[in-house]
Amino acid sequence: MADGLKSCDYLADEGLATAVFLAMTLNRPLLLEGEPGVGKTETANALAAWTGGELIRLQCYEGIDVAQAVYEWDYSRQLLHLRTAEATGGATRDTADALEDELYSERFLIRRPLLRAIAAVEGPPPVLLIDEVDRADDEFEAFLLEILSDYAVTVPEIGRFAAVTPPRVIITSNRTRDVHDALKRRCLYHWVEHPGFEREVAIIGRRAPGVSEPLARQVAAAVAAFRELGLYKPPGVAESIDWSLALGRLGAAELTPEITQASLGSVLKYREDQQRVVDQGIGGLIEQAIARAG
Amino acid sequence: MQVDELAVGFVNALRGAGIDVAVGSSVNYYQALGAVGMAQRSSVYWAGRATLVTEPDDIELYDKIFDAYYGGQQLVATPVMEVTQPITLVVDDDGDDDAEDDGGDEDPGDPTLTLRWSRHEVLRDKDFADYSDDELNEAHRLMAAMARLGGTRRSRRRRRTHRTAGHPELRRTVRAAIRSGGEPVRRWYTEPGQRLRRVVLLLDISGSMESYARALIRFVHAAVVGRRRVEVFTIGTRLTRITRELSSRDPDRAVSAAADAVSDWSGGTRLGDTLAEFNEIWGIRGMARGATVVILSDGWDRGSPEVMAEQMTRLHRVTHRLVWVNPLKATPGYQPLAQGMAAALPHVDDFIEGHSLHSLELLADVLADDRAPAGSFRSTAGALV
Repeated sequence: MADGLKSCDYLADEGLATAVFLAMTLNRPLLLEGEPGVGKTETANALAAWTGGELIRLQCYEGIDVAQAVYEWDYSRQLLHLRTAEATGGATRDTADALEDELYSERFLIRRPLLRAIAAVEGPPPVLLIDEVDRADDEFEAFLLEILSDYAVTVPEIGRFAAVTPPRVIITSNRTRDVHDALKRRCLYHWVEHPGFEREVAIIGRRAPGVSEPLARQVAAAVAAFRELGLYKPPGVAESIDWSLALGRLGAAELTPEITQASLGSVLKYREDQQRVVDQGIGGLIEQAIARAG
Repeated sequence: MQVDELAVGFVNALRGAGIDVAVGSSVNYYQALGAVGMAQRSSVYWAGRATLVTEPDDIELYDKIFDAYYGGQQLVATPVMEVTQPITLVVDDDGDDDAEDDGGDEDPGDPTLTLRWSRHEVLRDKDFADYSDDELNEAHRLMAAMARLGGTRRSRRRRRTHRTAGHPELRRTVRAAIRSGGEPVRRWYTEPGQRLRRVVLLLDISGSMESYARALIRFVHAAVVGRRRVEVFTIGTRLTRITRELSSRDPDRAVSAAADAVSDWSGGTRLGDTLAEFNEIWGIRGMARGATVVILSDGWDRGSPEVMAEQMTRLHRVTHRLVWVNPLKATPGYQPLAQGMAAALPHVDDFIEGHSLHSLELLADVLADDRAPAGSFRSTAGALV
């Protein structure tokens, strides 16, 4: 499993690989929680690339409802169609029912991510990424629960769509609130940690190809040191990759205090955090990081 | 021993230690063991982590139980039975303090034993006596009053309105048009719904607040039960989230569960540091964003005022409204001289007294956002077809 994900430039540790494997074999959604920027969303991308299934992403936000998540009718086309029927004399009292059937047919149905994931027929099962589910509200979560339990959606005017092969579902949460227990029970759960030093070096190597191995090691060591400082927002893997790319673009061969100072904005996103690092002495931190990188 | 017995035994050990494992999850665990096999210790470990643990806070405990249950390096088919022994023992114990203390001296490393004690200690020390009938009635009244706490805000979710302007509701309009020969004669509109604003209560449970603890824990419980979207944390020497514990409608059970979960009752006060913890783990990430945050504390802080000021600034930046309820404020001639209080005050939107249950009841009214009519929030609940 880890090798499979690796072929898609995603280096998973044993825990995550096992969780993904179990989610696939037991046909369960996988709920991933963890600090921002540890690669939760990326897991779904890698899984989709590896299995060859289409990645269908549903970004949750407060107030998301059926019309945005499952399906909606194409009202403007419906209205146009009605007008045409009226103009050609097709819209009389007698034909109202037939007209209604016509309007509420698949022709006017807009499929949103959940319906697309469930109604997919061809090819390998799609990967459905339900991103940041903690941003959606409780009502939506309850609705999600219903869909995830039998992988079917009912559109009252048309009928029931049931998945031929259930999609592989990855749900991510940043824990801004607790996801409901019922939803958790339905899912397998994995808490994604920051990667260890060697793994982070390997990740940078894969994701920032232009960056030399020594520089990648120094970046990983420096980022690890930043995480120890008790910052407002400790940098995640995403920041390490960004920083490496930035350093690569700046043509740096190794980390120096000057170039760190210049590119600090790509790894630390709070003024207070940058200030803290500067107060600690960038020179000292970099020296330590270089020593650790070996 | 068979794999299923092994799995069930392990799940029981986890439950004994206080991890909440649903029946469905243990079935998953059994299936997962079948899928990964029993040959590798790490596979068995991760199979359990994926299926049985649903809270990052439980991971540490899981690790301990896993080590104890599946023994040392070699994974054998027979579980180490003596480990489950102390767990059963503790569940059965009925509070003989001396015996418990002795047990602890012999075996200080056992996590479950310590867990159980703290509950007895707390219940004995804190005297959250059971609710009397009068108090129960009062509690229910308070719960009802809490629905107004913190007010509402505009939701992104729209709802149908009888007004004849605004955002068109096409679904309904199209339906009506069919009946009128294709001409949308009757047009429908939507308006934004109202939604409860999240309320986060931070309850100071340090020694100096002890005399108010009984009233405050009841207030906090009423808030959790009486209103949706409430989160409660205790602050003192450490941050503890007690929202789940307080969610039972039975006040006695809720309060004792909360007492159970908190390990630093009447300890010292490091308000600034615990606020920092709240900001980092929960607040800034989203829980406090746009929320009404209420700190219930007397402001006695043994940490540095700079930390306090810094953390209050951070918190204030993301909250909708930051309220400080101080029981001491009702004292005649009160001056906010406590170091922590003085440092925090510039960042507080409302500074309110809260020395009795009655004054706390008034708090709900004070905090109700008067821009939105009370009670309108429920109308959005059914918006999901």
